[in-house]
Amino acid sequence: MIIPKNILGTKGLSKEEIVTILDSAEAFKEISTREIKKVPTLRGRTIINLFFEPSTRTRTSFEIAGKRLSADVINISGSTSSTVKGENLIDMALNLEAMNPDLMIIRHSHSGVAEMLSKFIKCPIINAGDGYHEHPTQALLDLYTIREAIGDLHGLNVTIVGDITHSRVVRSNIYAMKTMGINVTLVGPPTMIPLGIENMGVHVSYSLEDAVLDADVIMMLRLQTERQNEFLLPSIREYSNLFCLTTKILKRAKDDVLIIHPGPVNRGIEIALDVMKSDKSFILNQVTNGVAIRMALMYLLLGGNNDSLN
Amino acid sequence: MNSVVLNEKDISRAITRITHEILEKNKGAENVAIVGIRTRGVTLAKRIHKKINEIEGIEVDFGILDITLYRDDLAIGKQNPIVEKTHLPFHLEGKQVILIDDVLFTGRTIRAAIDALIDFGRPATVQLGVLIDRGHREFPIRPDYVGKNIPTAKTNRVQVRMLEDDSMDEVCIIDSSNSMDK
Repeated sequence: MIIPKNILGTKGLSKEEIVTILDSAEAFKEISTREIKKVPTLRGRTIINLFFEPSTRTRTSFEIAGKRLSADVINISGSTSSTVKGENLIDMALNLEAMNPDLMIIRHSHSGVAEMLSKFIKCPIINAGDGYHEHPTQALLDLYTIREAIGDLHGLNVTIVGDITHSRVVRSNIYAMKTMGINVTLVGPPTMIPLGIENMGVHVSYSLEDAVLDADVIMMLRLQTERQNEFLLPSIREYSNLFCLTTKILKRAKDDVLIIHPGPVNRGIEIALDVMKSDKSFILNQVTNGVAIRMALMYLLLGGNNDSLN
Repeated sequence: MNSVVLNEKDISRAITRITHEILEKNKGAENVAIVGIRTRGVTLAKRIHKKINEIEGIEVDFGILDITLYRDDLAIGKQNPIVEKTHLPFHLEGKQVILIDDVLFTGRTIRAAIDALIDFGRPATVQLGVLIDRGHREFPIRPDYVGKNIPTAKTNRVQVRMLEDDSMDEVCIIDSSNSMDK
């Protein structure tokens, strides 16, 4: 099994590659349950966390993952970097690379930044979210959480609810889920579902009540209030009335349905508080599993063979 | 060229003897914990664990160690090997831990196993049992319990097959000068 040099997206990852990543994550999850949560595997390796967008979960998750593998992790955030002084992104990456890191993790508000940088720098790159494009580690940890809770992924029905257009999490999940044989249904207001998305092999529905009926998994997305919602929605309250996952709507779903959310959650807007706290909600399991997935990727990417793939 | 050095009966006798030696040295099975090193070591460890139960009538602690993350050759290796779960469902404090592996060769696996074990706690002792000791040590490590000492050339490969994993019990030496592993 050869894992690609960079993880820029789930597009193009094979079923075999995804299974290897998920299987490895199982072993790495155990490490986080130990009293001494550290193994010496990446001792002496340097990982740079380059975040040009706010993040608590993902950035911390990558940092913890690196540290539990004994790597040295350096965090750089957009507001404290020299891009503020006007340095361009490529120059900055080349300068960082001159200090010999072994892995760079990049989040940026523009789509395609991780892929663009991968053409300039030699060390492996993990895309931690680029604009509206992809967020592959989130999709992988979602799959892991689903597999852990339900078992075989093939043939499952997953309903994804919210602002589909502006969600990199959705795009990464569609690619990965289709590869794994999952049926995906997208739900949201028409202004938030891009035309022609059915070409990705997914179903589209505008009714949450209908779309939860045969779902094995319901994935709620955050209403991204920092993006241009004012053009897409009459009001947040109207969105909530139609697309908030409440106990009442959940009664229409299967008894053993799994509820996930990539976070951060807007309580009461896309998901009701009592649903969040119910035993169907695996939102915090996702966070725990995120560390394991990122440890697995770091381990697999820093394997000795990857030079040959340059 | 393959030559069989232990057959099914030989392996069974060796396991019985190793089990008795473990019980003799530790004056019974109290505080003994059996820990197998993936993959073949786990199979052997399970058999020893069962044997102790047959002889002493008690179920001692049992664990599984995956040493991949503690290897010293990860950067040199071609592809990082797949990591599997470590499972040590008991406290190591005060335990006489018997590490079990199939073949003792350079000693690097055992070095890694001891490091992995110590990250979980402080056992009273760590002892080592192997089915085959083939020599060529690169570390100051020696086994406490040995099924059979087999002199080998460094280029030989020792293949341990276990019924549970390979549908037969057998140890053979494979003479191939281009072989890399044990």
